[in-house]
Amino acid sequence: MLLFILRRFAVMVFTALCLTFIVFFMTNLYPNLEKLAKSEGNFRMDDAAVASFLDNRGYLDPLPIKYGRWLGVLPGYVIEGSDGKTRGQCFERGTDGTGAPRFCGVLQGNWGFSTVFKDDVGSIVATRLSLTGVLMFWVMVIMIPTALVLGVVAGMREGSRTDRTLSTVAITTTATPEYVSGVIFIAVFSSSAFGLKWFKGSAATAMENPTFENFFLPVVTIALYGMGYIARMTRASMAEVMTAQYIRTARLKGVSFGNIVMKHALRNALIAPFTVIMLQFPWLLNGVVIVETLFNYKGFGWVLVQAAGNNDIELLLAVSVVSVVVVLVTQLISDIGYVYLNPRISVN
Amino acid sequence: MELLSWGEIAIRSVTQLTPVWVALIITFFVSIRYKRSLGLYGKLFDSTVGMIGFALVMFWVYTGVFSTMFELVATHDPLSQVSGMKNKVPGTPMRGAEAGDYPYYLWGGDNLARDVFSRVMIGSGIVVLIAPLATLFAFMVGITLGLPAGYYGGRLDLVLSFLANLILAFPVILLFYLLVTPEIRMTGMPQYMAVVLFSFPLIFFGVLINSRYYIDPMKRNILMVVILGVLGWLYLSLINEANSKVTLFNAIDGFDVDAGLLTVFVSVVFVNSPTVFRIVRGLAMDIKTRDYVAAAQTRGEGTWYIMLWEILPNARGPLIVDFCLRIGYTTILLGTLGFFGLGLESESPNWGATINEGRKLLSIYPHPALPPAIALLSLVLGLNLLADGLREESLKD
Repeated sequence: MLLFILRRFAVMVFTALCLTFIVFFMTNLYPNLEKLAKSEGNFRMDDAAVASFLDNRGYLDPLPIKYGRWLGVLPGYVIEGSDGKTRGQCFERGTDGTGAPRFCGVLQGNWGFSTVFKDDVGSIVATRLSLTGVLMFWVMVIMIPTALVLGVVAGMREGSRTDRTLSTVAITTTATPEYVSGVIFIAVFSSSAFGLKWFKGSAATAMENPTFENFFLPVVTIALYGMGYIARMTRASMAEVMTAQYIRTARLKGVSFGNIVMKHALRNALIAPFTVIMLQFPWLLNGVVIVETLFNYKGFGWVLVQAAGNNDIELLLAVSVVSVVVVLVTQLISDIGYVYLNPRISVN
Repeated sequence: MELLSWGEIAIRSVTQLTPVWVALIITFFVSIRYKRSLGLYGKLFDSTVGMIGFALVMFWVYTGVFSTMFELVATHDPLSQVSGMKNKVPGTPMRGAEAGDYPYYLWGGDNLARDVFSRVMIGSGIVVLIAPLATLFAFMVGITLGLPAGYYGGRLDLVLSFLANLILAFPVILLFYLLVTPEIRMTGMPQYMAVVLFSFPLIFFGVLINSRYYIDPMKRNILMVVILGVLGWLYLSLINEANSKVTLFNAIDGFDVDAGLLTVFVSVVFVNSPTVFRIVRGLAMDIKTRDYVAAAQTRGEGTWYIMLWEILPNARGPLIVDFCLRIGYTTILLGTLGFFGLGLESESPNWGATINEGRKLLSIYPHPALPPAIALLSLVLGLNLLADGLREESLKD
């Protein structure tokens, strides 16, 4: 088991390295750097000014070297610029760099400086991630129980009218992306045209003070899209378990239907949905980006959009590291959990 | 003129869609009449869910075709702005309507005073053209790479699976932001990706024909020249564009594709391919243990023949079902791109962009944002129901 986890961990690190290198490559293409220089310096810079701006800050060095610096395996740049000022990657902002360390990359715990937010990337990601964490927590609280109940109720009598109704509901929710359900919810529940005004159409105030009124719509919007899929998986798994021999035996023994479902079927039926729920996390990330943009909730997804829209290289790299880790860790947990839940499978 | 009531709006909208209803009725009449001789497609008409799904999908297909190609359904030009019609509620008479103009904005005007009804109808043309095509390309890529990965296994499988997982570990929206910005387009990156991704259909059909007809060189050569000639010309026309990074054979460049559209297309194919790859790989690993594959191996058939003519046809059931689901997913992806204002130019009537524009004034004027949202929902729902119906019917035999 330990070997399995170690091997998976190695693959994870390798994947993260490859991915960040791709992001690094894409964000360091010259037109992107030019855009960065113009938004950092001023918009009327000519080509020569852009080139010297970038050169002075080490942006024009070869890609592997820049990547090594970001990672912290190569010493940070110290460049005496064409304007006579000496700049260093590891210098404290506004100092001349005496006593600055040579290495200052991710490995040293330094995630860099965000050009959009003018702040340390590490602290931005930490605050925004905690905001998204609150959102995700409530999404999970609503989504998982509802989906499991829907799936189990639909799957325990396959082909019945309840089953068909619930399955149609599940299909409809999987066909409703967040930007559609969100727009419909806002229009119906918070616009003056429909006059219901039950909830707020913006979750901006929910960042300090999440209440039912300002937080319910974004949570439901995300939960709805993921719910249908989990419910369908649960239904399929439940329907399969209900046809098993031991269920028939239990029924022939005279066990009541409620007891069959609760005591005999449920545990085996929940193995498959567990994996699906874990693999749903990275999917939810997408929903989070859309919903945070739609409801103006300034969490991790909102930061992703800001960073990507402004080519904020170091922030974007940190964002992709976080999302890759989320994807790979959830995969690992789902694999390990599957082994524990299902005695027929072993990692060796 | 008076504001139309909701009933009048509904009647007029339905009348405006007459060609679509006619086409739908003909399709259903013919299909149900001959359903016994139409194979899996005919069996679809035995399942209610499948029929509802098919009807929804065909509704949008016909709407897209009639409104973009024959200028039938839409009432106004989707881009023209009429002064005084900004954010007007559904059923408002068009101000300054001349003879020949449709006298009403049936579903109201958006924040740039354009007709919402026409934009939604014409927007469907973009979706029903791009989504199936992009899915088809993704399938070509996924099948061409997934079959050998599943069949051979080993190191090839390891490398390809790693690459697929790498792409899948990317958050889709981040990938879109990295691929679809104008700055990236300047570097020619999407075009280089197009060069690689669009070559897969050529490889696929080349290998497909060769593995089957290599014993009959005459027939093979004719087929190769005809099919690969047409595909090759399409390929070169797609990837080439004057004044861009890829100008290999401008002389035989048949048509130009809008650069934004190409970028959107490439990134959607790129995002979808790894999932198709994984499905095909899994199916190939399963099917290669069957007896008929062993029989073909004993006969001494080539490996590509076994993969393409023994394994692939037997994997068609799950693949067809996934194809329907994936068109729906691609539709969602296209909407996501539009929602973030990526790719197509902002005034294009694609549904995602229209939703994005409409949401800014959503709490006061919900009418510009709701129709495209519901349209997208109904199309994707139709595709999912269709896939469900197909799955049910294909499991029956």
